[in-house]
Amino acid sequence: MSAAEFWLLFVLLLDATLRVSTPLMLAAMAGLFSERSGVVDISLEGKMLGAAFAAGATAYATGSPWLGLAVAIAVSCFMGGLHAFATVTHRGDQMISGLAANMLAAGLTVTLGIAWFQQGGDTPPLPAEARFSPLNFPELAFLADIPLLGPYLAPVYTELLSGHNLLVYVALAAVPLTAWVLMRTRFGMRLRAVGEAPSAADTAGISVAAMRYQAQLIAGLLCGVAGCYLAIAHSANFVPHMTAGKGFIALAAMIFGKWRPKQAMYACLLFGFFEALAARLQGVEIAYIGQLPSNLITALPYILTVILLAGFIGKATAPAAIGTPYVKGR
Amino acid sequence: MNQPAAASPPRDAAPAIELKGICKAFGPVQANQDVSLSVEAGSIHGIVGENGAGKSTLMSILYGFYEADSGSIEVKGKPAAIEDSADAIGLGIGMVHQHFMLVPVFSVLENVMLGVEGGALLAPGKRRARKEIARIGEDYGLKLDPDELIENLPVGVRQRVEIVKALYRGAEILILDEPTGVLTPQEADALFDILRTLKERGETVILITHKLREIMAVTDRVSVMRGGKLVATRETAATNPAELAELMVGRKVLLQVDKQPREPAEVRLAAEGLTVVDGQGVERVKDVSFSVRAGEIVGVAGVSGNGQDFLLEALAGIRAPARGTISILDLQISPERPADPAEVRRHGAGHVPEDRHAMGLVMNYTAEHSLMLGYHRHPRFRRSWLLDAGAIRRHAARVLPEYDVRPAEPRLRSADFSGGNQQKIVLAREMDEHPQVLLVGQPTRGVDIGAIEAIHRRILALRLAGCAILLVSFELDEIMSLADRIIVMNAGEIVGTVAAEGADDHELGLMMAGIRPGEQKAA
Repeated sequence: MSAAEFWLLFVLLLDATLRVSTPLMLAAMAGLFSERSGVVDISLEGKMLGAAFAAGATAYATGSPWLGLAVAIAVSCFMGGLHAFATVTHRGDQMISGLAANMLAAGLTVTLGIAWFQQGGDTPPLPAEARFSPLNFPELAFLADIPLLGPYLAPVYTELLSGHNLLVYVALAAVPLTAWVLMRTRFGMRLRAVGEAPSAADTAGISVAAMRYQAQLIAGLLCGVAGCYLAIAHSANFVPHMTAGKGFIALAAMIFGKWRPKQAMYACLLFGFFEALAARLQGVEIAYIGQLPSNLITALPYILTVILLAGFIGKATAPAAIGTPYVKGR
Repeated sequence: MNQPAAASPPRDAAPAIELKGICKAFGPVQANQDVSLSVEAGSIHGIVGENGAGKSTLMSILYGFYEADSGSIEVKGKPAAIEDSADAIGLGIGMVHQHFMLVPVFSVLENVMLGVEGGALLAPGKRRARKEIARIGEDYGLKLDPDELIENLPVGVRQRVEIVKALYRGAEILILDEPTGVLTPQEADALFDILRTLKERGETVILITHKLREIMAVTDRVSVMRGGKLVATRETAATNPAELAELMVGRKVLLQVDKQPREPAEVRLAAEGLTVVDGQGVERVKDVSFSVRAGEIVGVAGVSGNGQDFLLEALAGIRAPARGTISILDLQISPERPADPAEVRRHGAGHVPEDRHAMGLVMNYTAEHSLMLGYHRHPRFRRSWLLDAGAIRRHAARVLPEYDVRPAEPRLRSADFSGGNQQKIVLAREMDEHPQVLLVGQPTRGVDIGAIEAIHRRILALRLAGCAILLVSFELDEIMSLADRIIVMNAGEIVGTVAAEGADDHELGLMMAGIRPGEQKAA
């Protein structure tokens, strides 16, 4: 294998990493908004799943990916609103509420899927025009002609940078945007204050409940995009339980990234890389080891999650008020 | 303001705050009952009262935390409807809460501008706030580093941030709720200087406190609250602590405890080179040695958070020492041979923990069960391996009235007693065992003046009976009036030991700040 061929393989692996990491990054940013406001969000999974089903069903019924995206976001925001209603307005336990959302999504998507489409819970496969299709950047033929570097630069442009669907770029943009909103805007500062010291925010005239509701809606928006990506951009239909723990991996990545957007993105990419690697290694013979059992390979990202969270995160600096409903006057 | 006000009474200026007939009930409890209060503009007005007298409720109504059931509020002569803190801030009312309302991981600058950022983007507001903080610092002598994180600042400076925060919002009326609870005497004096400066600049200050000394030191007028009512308002110059105490409690109170001389006997509690570390491995008590003898009260003075809690936990057997030894009567505790609290109790040492809610009581237990916590293995509460309900009830029925716990109702939940009565339950439990050694943490925190008097009498009676008592308190007055010797702790170390008789609170204050007696003269 030549160096250029090996490089191409590596770039393709990174390309796959990006595709796999997209829902993780979106969900991690969603979790970041929620948790920075002081509300634990284990329902990223359920929101994504609900959104994925909504996107798949809507895109099939209307033939429009944009309507699919809109309904996915609406469903996910509704679930975020429910989470806020239970945990902010009624001060319910955030874990229980999140768990309920996950179970609701897992059950309801399959039930409705079977009832509406009679395909064992799947939504029918979509034609290309009902999906978000790859955006190809204008060809830059001169890249390949650059002496020495040409064969290396060209695949980076054509495979890694170009050729993704819109939602991948949305996910990549979401990270700096999240960082900017959190650190540079009034809204972000108030959000962080509410998550760190809600009584301080309250006495400064900031409505803790309003901030937490808004955070849940933003989390809903981002999870909606993530779910939509899964069903009608990355795949061509909704499949039951297609999130497969991605919400939890995103949550883990966010914690691993210590509740910071950029670090959380790196963690998502790391998890995504292992998932892409696992897919790549499937059935490949490795010298001295032989063929890796496919079960082990698919389990790799999850094992990694456990190891990283248990051992390498160091001192976790969670928002101080996380998990506690705010009660005025205490 | 300058319009000719025909109808208003002939006065130089309208009062800063005028409360009329404020009533507020929480369920069956009447927290404020027909309270009328007038605070003159540009004055320092003190509000004193016991816990539960309604001072905090009244101020919370003024600051928009609660809404009054009836009554009216006028601010600077104009009727005001205050529905939330934002309204109060808009009317120029600022509040410095007892528990600081600051975001620990934010900088001073961010905390000051939080809620009044002045635009959707932070950058311009930050520039403006930076200038304004510098100006306020100049004007009022409140210098602050705007970029320091709150969590890195000592409490005294945090309080200054709170004041600057209020001034930044244009506060002309500043309410301070128990502001000196966490300060050393020197820091408190510095605060009073700040309050006087504020007054000179025309600000109105309302000072809520239960410390009469502070009222006398800094206020112009003082209002006394009792049982939800405002019972009196006096010119500070025309009153005295004894009168105020009597107004607060509703009867005569002995502010000075009557301490009889007693010659200390043998050493019953001793620590040698004791070092205690916390869960993170940080040394919280460093190489501490002292002893307490029979019939002696040794007071541990210091600002909260200087290792007193860890010291008490180590002595009580809750936390094993990292180095050094502890001997309590005939029990020896060392890192190699740690003890547990039951063992310490069995050897005759009682422990009244600092935090009665977290450690002293199970809040959901009835009084009778709270009264045997930790002694539940004692044969007198047992019938073979079952609890003896009758014996427990009889014990409670005897002890509750004896220690003046009100109501003397064995089946009432511990949480339903007032703070002072909860504390009396803990004291009753530990003292009724006639301990040879008693470890007491903060015996009168959050306790009313009347109950304080009773608790102090109890502790002194135990001393007369020959008990060796170690008393940890953040109230210097309490230590000075009860203790025979005073140990001053700072940052986990003993800064010095002084005899209580003739001790000087200024000198103790410097020691609490970590300045050793020898260094004071040099400084």
